[in-house]
Amino acid sequence: MSVWVDTALVLLALTSLLLVASSRLTRCIRIVAFQGSILGVLTLLVHHDELVLRTLMLAAAIVALKGAAFPWLLSRVLQDADVRREVEPLVGYISSLLIGTLMLAVSFWLSARLPLPRPAVSSLVVPIALFTTLIGLFVIVTRRTALTQVLAYLVLENGIYVFGVGLVQGTPMLVELGVLLDVFVAVFVMGIAIFHINREFDHIDTEQLTLLKDWAE
Amino acid sequence: MSLAPFVHLLLALVCAPLLFSVINRTKAMIAGRDGQVLLQPYYDLAKLLKKGAVYSGTTTWVFRAGPVVGLAALLVATALVPFGGRAAPVAFAGDLILFASLLGLLRFFTVIAALDTGSSFEGMGASREVTFSALAEPALLLGLAAVARQTGSLSLSTMYAGVDLDTWVVAAPVFALLAGALLVVFLAENARIPVDDPTTHLELTMIHEVMVLDHGGPDLAFILYASALKLWLLGMLLVGLVVPVRTANPWLDGGAATAGMIGVAILTGIIESCMARWRLTRVPQLLVAASVLSALALALMLR
Amino acid sequence: MLLLLGATVLLVASGFAAVTIQQSPRWCNAVGASGAVAGCLLGLLSALRALLGASDSSLRLAWEVPGGAFFVQMDVLSAFFLFPVLGLSALAAVYGSEYLRHYQQRKWLGPPWFFFNLLVASMVLVVVARNGVLFLIAWEVMALASFFLVTFDDESVEVREAGWTYLVATHVGTAFLLAFFVLAGRASGSLDFDRLSVAPTEASLLFLLAVVGFGTKAGFAPFHVWLPEAHPAAPSHVSAVMSGVMLKTGIYGLVRTLTILASPPAWWGWLLCGIGLVSGIGGVLFALAQRDVKRMLAYSSVENIGIIALGLGIGVLGVATGVPALAVLGFAGGLLHVVNHAVVKGLLFLAAGSVAHATGTRDIERLGGAMKRMPYTGAVFLIAAIAICGLPPLNGFVSEWLIFLGALHGSISPGRSAAIPVLAVIGGLALIGGLAAACFTRAFGVVFLGTARSDHVTRAHEPGLAMRLPMLLLAAGCVLIGSFAPLLVGGLAPVIASATGLQTPQVATHLVSATRPLQYVVWSALGLLVVVALLAGLRRALLADRRAEVGLTWDCGYVQPSARMQYTASSFAQPLMHLFGVLLQTQQRTVTPAGFFPRAASLITKTPDVCAERLYQPAFRGIGRGLSSLRWLQHGRVHLYVLYIAVTLLVLLVWKLG
Repeated sequence: MSVWVDTALVLLALTSLLLVASSRLTRCIRIVAFQGSILGVLTLLVHHDELVLRTLMLAAAIVALKGAAFPWLLSRVLQDADVRREVEPLVGYISSLLIGTLMLAVSFWLSARLPLPRPAVSSLVVPIALFTTLIGLFVIVTRRTALTQVLAYLVLENGIYVFGVGLVQGTPMLVELGVLLDVFVAVFVMGIAIFHINREFDHIDTEQLTLLKDWAE
Repeated sequence: MSLAPFVHLLLALVCAPLLFSVINRTKAMIAGRDGQVLLQPYYDLAKLLKKGAVYSGTTTWVFRAGPVVGLAALLVATALVPFGGRAAPVAFAGDLILFASLLGLLRFFTVIAALDTGSSFEGMGASREVTFSALAEPALLLGLAAVARQTGSLSLSTMYAGVDLDTWVVAAPVFALLAGALLVVFLAENARIPVDDPTTHLELTMIHEVMVLDHGGPDLAFILYASALKLWLLGMLLVGLVVPVRTANPWLDGGAATAGMIGVAILTGIIESCMARWRLTRVPQLLVAASVLSALALALMLR
Repeated sequence: MLLLLGATVLLVASGFAAVTIQQSPRWCNAVGASGAVAGCLLGLLSALRALLGASDSSLRLAWEVPGGAFFVQMDVLSAFFLFPVLGLSALAAVYGSEYLRHYQQRKWLGPPWFFFNLLVASMVLVVVARNGVLFLIAWEVMALASFFLVTFDDESVEVREAGWTYLVATHVGTAFLLAFFVLAGRASGSLDFDRLSVAPTEASLLFLLAVVGFGTKAGFAPFHVWLPEAHPAAPSHVSAVMSGVMLKTGIYGLVRTLTILASPPAWWGWLLCGIGLVSGIGGVLFALAQRDVKRMLAYSSVENIGIIALGLGIGVLGVATGVPALAVLGFAGGLLHVVNHAVVKGLLFLAAGSVAHATGTRDIERLGGAMKRMPYTGAVFLIAAIAICGLPPLNGFVSEWLIFLGALHGSISPGRSAAIPVLAVIGGLALIGGLAAACFTRAFGVVFLGTARSDHVTRAHEPGLAMRLPMLLLAAGCVLIGSFAPLLVGGLAPVIASATGLQTPQVATHLVSATRPLQYVVWSALGLLVVVALLAGLRRALLADRRAEVGLTWDCGYVQPSARMQYTASSFAQPLMHLFGVLLQTQQRTVTPAGFFPRAASLITKTPDVCAERLYQPAFRGIGRGLSSLRWLQHGRVHLYVLYIAVTLLVLLVWKLG
């Protein structure tokens, strides 16, 4: 069964790398949606020997929210904002891809030295989780479109979730639902914010928002 | 309970105004005049007590309370001061502080009575009075503390009882410093030259005289008598220090103290004849010098 | 103990109740004030029981906060401090019920009552708390409640600025207290006061932290800069409580620290004496320079806190050098002055508040002759002025006398370890007394005596009963404390014993050397009153059948004397301010009359607080400049802020795991 878990994790890593290299916003949204579905499958795979109702419901909720609801919300925002392509990022696509690979290496190095309280489901869990988190942070830093930053935030949450599901046994349902609710609210609010930013300024380029600063340079 | 302390009380109350005439006679003699009769201050007091009073419309009950409270404070203070090395009627540890505070009460009420008139002259006098007395207080208290240290006691009566010839031999330089400081305080608090000129009535040059400008009749009599008492009391503090006659005979001690008091009055008369009033900006220097003398005396003793 | 806690709950509950019914100002005032008075009376009952010999009662409840415990205890020291706290707060509440009525048109009255009651409750908790965390929480609540009270009238810019200054200053002080408790708790492993034990090497550092932390609240110079800003800005009954008792919680903290850090070295006494001198002389000098009557009273509070510090200083010196008389008398004077100053300063603020409220101005140069229209207020202000100058026969004289006596005992005792402080205390206290007399004759004379300098005074009227009654009670307190001084000082023995660490019987024997002379003082005071009555009677008899006419003040022949010819307050203080110019740093702008027919001339003087101008403003400006150079870090680009976070995370991971 660990083979399937490893496959899911590797798919996750690949989708993250793909996100880093994509410039078309609809493509990015679909990538993140796909990641969400992988996460739901991963939940089922990890708990395959104790498939209780709770786990099924959790997996279903993840797929529904991360795989369907969030992408739908964000594509609605995309339609309203009427933006097709990513604005020029701070780090070029090819350089981003190279840096992503470098981060993969760093994640493997770090997780080799990270002392764990109990062994993980698979040896790939910690590196891939760390890698996904780092990719999320990297994309937030280097992309200028508000929408891409929201997507990267989702990827960040995905990485943290993988860490949790791979290591922690028997978390209370409430915690997981709480986390999902947290993410839901955040995306919802961000969606509204992006809509309003666009309405006010006619674009969603966050670089230009520095004009809102209090004092003059 | 011996009658000796009350003898001093009676002596002070009766003879205090004589000091004015001694001072004035001395100045007159030095100036080549005859001067007033010795009983003149008593005639002045009697004249004032027979008069009516005029109060300014600006004033309130504070103005009428000023002379009364001031004289009362001094009368209580008279009970604290020892005479000729004998105990005062009221003696307890720390009574020197009460003495200084009673003088402060007199000053407080004189100043607010002056401010009550709403006149620039009295305000001027009041302002200078508070300035100079703020500077003179440390000199007085530090000086008394030095005497306390030397004699090892905390009450004016026991302090001055302990100042005899032996103590003088031991602590002569310190006591000389103290005598200088107490003399300056004496001159400053009693509005004598070089701090203030009691004979002129030019408003711009006065401190004490101008504060009581609007008082008349019995009020002025109270104020005049209070000035006489203050002369006597502060003078007695000085005399107790510089006339260390402490024999077993009360008449001898009392006589020496009285002679010393008259001597201080004559000395004041001489000082007033030989010096002019100092510029007002120089007076603080004199007072600070007196405080320094007292502090130095105390420091030398605490060494 | 339960009674006291019940009183605290009553205070907070009545505060809440006042907020809920604030639609009706009358009921809001009534509920707020009566709740405050009831709570204070209950608390006073509890304190009285503790002081009259009941054993220390305590209550200890566990608490999930790490290091914290709800540990409160009532011992004699706490009971002693509770008296001024609760007494003055009750009277201020009564005063406030009428004072706030004049704001009811434009402001809600719920918040001021809520915060006032909360302030009193937090002060009670500060005084009885015995756990570091509980103490700090109560301290912070006290600071915040008073902040909201200070900024009650927040339409005015000065009030808002004053509020900020106060908030910053009190939190800087609390930071030092936090450091104090952290260090003390780390060494002992627990933050409960009875389990704190400190090594001698750390004790000095802890003492310094306590002096700065508690000194900021108490108003020691140079940490006093918030006092002259905050006290005038607050409503008068709040100023009375802040100046009269909130400052004293700082003194309480310092005394409690001394009991925790036993066996002080001599230099602690030197430090306290030095602080006392600087605060005392500096405070009264700056008070002389003020035109705003409440600002002047705030500086006068700094002066009196300096006097308390002098008393504590020689007390600590006595404990350190092993001269019990010095220790007992110093602490007796300092602690008694805590109560005396609370009574007198409370009275002064309430009276000044009445005048300011009736005339519409706090500027003394616009007042004058108010005595004729406000005789009661004038009379109580006079009593308070006499008391605060330390003149017999009132209560201020007793506490200063005790400190003097202690210093004199120190000067006549053999040995010279305490020599210089004793010298400084005697000379300094004498100078402070003289300057205070100058300050308060100026205040009383310019405000109440003479003639009116502007038409503000024509609006003056006596306040209503609710504002007059607390003032009369406080004035009576001044007289009573002065008259019953021997009994009260004798009763201080257990408090002094707990503060100095000596035994109560030993303290009592040394106190006799003070209470016996005090009896003579009281008799002298009685004699003074008798003589005053006799002289007044004599004068009346003399003038009985003569004419006592009313005329004009002698005016040297000017036919039309005007109110502008009176001495102004600035002129009155000018000689002293000129003498002490190096300390005051007064700025002066003169336009001299020019030409043969000069048109205009002016003289403007300004005396800003020298610590604020020379110490804090340059320091804050320097810090601001230094931090501005780092401003390029704040470019407004959110994703770069995320970069900062990510880089820090990576660096930490690599560092810790590598």
